[in-house]
Amino acid sequence: MPETLVPACEELEAAFIEAWADPSYRARLDGLLADYAGRPSPLTRCDRLSAELGCRIWLKREDLNHTGSHKINNVLGQALLAQRMGKARLVAETGAGQHGVATATAAALLGLECCVYMGEVDMARQELNVFRMRLLGAEVRPASSGSRTLKDAVNEAMRDWVATVERSHYCLGSVMGPHPYPWMVREFHRVIGDEAREQFAARVAGTPDVVVACVGGGSNAAGIFAGFAETPARLVGVEPAGGAAVGRGVPGVVHGMVSYLMQDEFGQVEEAQSISAGLDYPGVGPEHAHLADIGRAEYAPVTDDEVVDAFQLLSRTEGIIPALESAHAIAWVSRERAQLAGLSVVINLSGRGDKDVAQMMEILR
Amino acid sequence: MNESAPPRRLAVGQLERVLRARRDRGGHSLVIYLTGGFPGWQDMVRAAVAAGADAVEVGIPFSDPVMDGPVIQEASEVALRAGATPPGVLAEIANLDIGVPVAVMTYYNLVFRFGLERFASTAAEVGVSAAILPDLPLDEAGPWCDEADAAGIETVMLAAPTGSDERLGRVCDRSRGFVYGVGLLGVTGERTSLAASATEIATRLKRITDRPVLVGVGVSTPEQAVQTCRVADGVVVGSAVVRRMVEGAGPEGVGDLVGEFRRAIDAI
Repeated sequence: MPETLVPACEELEAAFIEAWADPSYRARLDGLLADYAGRPSPLTRCDRLSAELGCRIWLKREDLNHTGSHKINNVLGQALLAQRMGKARLVAETGAGQHGVATATAAALLGLECCVYMGEVDMARQELNVFRMRLLGAEVRPASSGSRTLKDAVNEAMRDWVATVERSHYCLGSVMGPHPYPWMVREFHRVIGDEAREQFAARVAGTPDVVVACVGGGSNAAGIFAGFAETPARLVGVEPAGGAAVGRGVPGVVHGMVSYLMQDEFGQVEEAQSISAGLDYPGVGPEHAHLADIGRAEYAPVTDDEVVDAFQLLSRTEGIIPALESAHAIAWVSRERAQLAGLSVVINLSGRGDKDVAQMMEILR
Repeated sequence: MNESAPPRRLAVGQLERVLRARRDRGGHSLVIYLTGGFPGWQDMVRAAVAAGADAVEVGIPFSDPVMDGPVIQEASEVALRAGATPPGVLAEIANLDIGVPVAVMTYYNLVFRFGLERFASTAAEVGVSAAILPDLPLDEAGPWCDEADAAGIETVMLAAPTGSDERLGRVCDRSRGFVYGVGLLGVTGERTSLAASATEIATRLKRITDRPVLVGVGVSTPEQAVQTCRVADGVVVGSAVVRRMVEGAGPEGVGDLVGEFRRAIDAI
């Protein structure tokens, strides 16, 4: 973390602690989450998918939030915080474009400027989201160095923040980066797990046997895991095989955090390779590294082919087209159906798949 | 978070001795950054020294240089594609034989992966005087500084315009070699005019430390270097030189540019 940004992180930590304890801030955020984003999101029982896979599956429907993914939870929290801190401009990175769209949306809602960095490769494969961000009034700038995907978008967003820190807030999109981001972003997403736990207890009784979520940086997983950490539920994070930071990474320091990182023997960061732009990140949030180390959560990889199958499986059986990211969680449940037989499984459906339809059309042609 | 322990009393290192000597003679220091591992970089370092650099900063290229602008990013990518590695660049530093102090500038993950103690001792063995790690802030620097101190490597800390006077004071206490004033809010790269923040940070730092204060980031032309040196003890020039490297100007082009900086600040 560059020295220039340390005071900004300290200021942000203080502002978050103060706001999080302030009932008026919480009421404003809860109001937006309910009336603007559409929370609580449903917990949907999936009878046909359950019949096909031989376990009892519920989906936590973050895909039904405004902007189409869980990302809005964090972004509304941070945008309100930015406004409270007197920052006029939001800077963000985005992979698949979901966080960028959510940030552009919150900026439009609150009258803030917005600049989103996106890898050139991702801009090509997520053209629709680029257009959506621009429609929402955001400036989208290409990250054209390195792998030209999410990690490079983070680099560019940090470079922007170093230069504009006095008037910009870095609206980081995952449970990564320097303190207080991993903690703060998890707290903004905790609502996913808290709702799911209560919904499951009220409708089904007890807690689910297994809770599954996809992991890139790990924000949707952190959110749903937070709600079940104190329960006996088995927690499973699903990584793309080509970006399995927990599975294949070794400890490293990048983007202001110490965590598992895919890197070569010298510490050069390796480029992740995933079908889903949102998980195309060689690192992972430090809390996931911790949960893996203490054995509270487990992390498993799935391949792009398994994801393509799962994308179609959920569409066909339940009439729900998942984001390619979320399809990773479905893919793990599908592959591991034998060990899950008869168990109750809650899958965090972190986003909807509209943005991926054009890409899938190419893949399936 | 590592609250830094009271700084140990250490003998002043070679880099600080050289920069203090320049100041004691009434002059200003010129430190030149070049990207290590870039094809032909060693001859360019020699040219920079021949043209009057008081010390050189050798960048060990990293895949994700978040404090660097497009020029140094490009040079880093070229060097990495040419096969540059941390042990490779360190080994090549051993062969430089230039008679001025060498600082290595790199990002913390490369040092972390190498092993803190091993990096510090290897650097010392190849004749490196100092290290600059622009993504290792004061609060996290303790473990590295301990190893660097033990190996006799001077850790140059960055002092940013966003820091409070209290924080700048702690940065100066912990810094060895010199205090690196960050000249502007932003990453490395050339700017058409010198930011007011360059002389402001120098003024603030000069008030609180006796260590040499050099300003880098955004010092792009001899004129800007002169403006900066009216307050600071010297400048670090990076992107302007690296652009010459990237454009293929070779040792001669690098030497010409360094000579222009040298003559300009010597005329103050």
